[in-house]
Amino acid sequence: MTNHSVAAALLALTSGTVLLCAALALWRRAARGIVSALRVQGYALAATAAVLGVQLHEPLLLVTSGLLVAVKGVAIPMLFGRLVRLDPASSETDPVVNVPASLVAAVVLTLVAFVATRPIVESVRGVPITLVPFGFATVLIGFFVLVARRKAVSQMVGLLLVDNGIGLVALLLTTGVPLLIELGGTLDVLLVVVVLRVLVTRMHAQLGVLDLDSLQELRD
Amino acid sequence: MNAAGISVWQIGSVAVQVALCVVGAPLLVGLMRTVRCRLEGRVGPPVRQTWRDLRKLLAKQRTQPEQSSFFFAVAPVVLVATTIVVIAFTPMVTTRTALLGGSDLFAIVFLLLLGSVSLALAALDTGTAFGGMGSSRLMAIVALAEPALLVAILALAAPVHSSSLPVIVAGSLHHPMWLATPQRLLAFGAFVIVILAESGRLPVDNPATHLELTMIHEALMLEYSGPDLAFVVLGESLRLTVLLALLSNLFFPWGIATALTGVSFVVAIAVLAAKVALLAVAVAAGEVAVAKLRLFRVPELLAGAFVLSVLAVLSALVIA
Repeated sequence: MTNHSVAAALLALTSGTVLLCAALALWRRAARGIVSALRVQGYALAATAAVLGVQLHEPLLLVTSGLLVAVKGVAIPMLFGRLVRLDPASSETDPVVNVPASLVAAVVLTLVAFVATRPIVESVRGVPITLVPFGFATVLIGFFVLVARRKAVSQMVGLLLVDNGIGLVALLLTTGVPLLIELGGTLDVLLVVVVLRVLVTRMHAQLGVLDLDSLQELRD
Repeated sequence: MNAAGISVWQIGSVAVQVALCVVGAPLLVGLMRTVRCRLEGRVGPPVRQTWRDLRKLLAKQRTQPEQSSFFFAVAPVVLVATTIVVIAFTPMVTTRTALLGGSDLFAIVFLLLLGSVSLALAALDTGTAFGGMGSSRLMAIVALAEPALLVAILALAAPVHSSSLPVIVAGSLHHPMWLATPQRLLAFGAFVIVILAESGRLPVDNPATHLELTMIHEALMLEYSGPDLAFVVLGESLRLTVLLALLSNLFFPWGIATALTGVSFVVAIAVLAAKVALLAVAVAAGEVAVAKLRLFRVPELLAGAFVLSVLAVLSALVIA
């Protein structure tokens, strides 16, 4: 067994975990469960970067991996954790699309992702590129979470699923975007989460709930 | 291996695994009950209590509801018979089984389904309210669990290009790397959920309650008594045993005999018993920690199993 095949198997495992966590975020109703799916996804993304870094002997990718662990594995889930504690009723009790139907939708979206990325996968034969459908499916499932979930916490998680999916596609296609861009992107996301968190906290103070459906009227 | 080359060992392995399962299945259910009782701080019945109950039931007189047809009496026999055929086909002790041709995962799934359907029909046959309720619930769950199981099988069959059980088991023995691939992990998750649903364990069904609002399997066997009830109970425990044995050999195939020698057979039987007992203890310990799902939430769980198995097949396609 060569080092190359071990790296390929590890990459398949980590990028598969990224997609699985997206499906789990759709499956779980409890806000705590959704956030922990996001946390595991952050670690899986960081692990993908680390495996690629070791395989290609790119020390900068290891730095990226450390950055991903710090931001997507630790910082963002921690911000969410405080939100969930603020409003214990932030679980998805009544989603727009019910859970079995959204899981079937996730299957369809994954199939779409596999069909849509086929030209890319077939043009280049090689292990990181063949895994691109996983990242693309994660993006699509993230969009679906944005559409089909009502609560503020799950919608923010949906946004982050889209971001993680794009991150995975970028990692696998370009075998690591330049560190500067990765740093900018990741810190942008962190900033977005902080802003959204402030917004949601104010919403909780005004309305007492974190349900976006109750924001329907404009006031001065 | 052609038909003429079937050795005494292969015939023996089929006989041994059928005998082992029939004797061991009620003990396995007893073991799970004991583990659960101990974890909940109760003493619980001894492990062999299930066998004592079966012996008591077999000695009793047969009774049958007034309006029911012959099918009511046939269904328990069908349940036990199909499960024993499945046990004979499954490579439990050796990968070189005598019944190589029939040992196909799809055939095994549909044989198990035949047992469920006959029990559901017999419950309808009694004409009671609970019988109809139980069979409609069972069919709803089976209709959701079967697709998940079949798609998960596809993910396991893809790397070896065969849905034959001995080939899958032998393939994963030769390539230990396959055991940690995403498709196998996802298929494992789907298998576990489906097995819990098919065998009526928590969180899908609580085997220890007769509460009319929640029961599924108990509602099906409500009208059975005496020897018929003994057959239904034996059939259900055999089904649980064969499903756990299937799970352990598909995903943790170590210890199964690949050579036809006496020593490897003895080792294989011991390892198989240990693996199945460990899985059963794990299931029982898990049952202490979870509550039963509301009936309307069960489709969510099974839809999750379906997603896991579809993802397993897609990863098998990507990585192949």
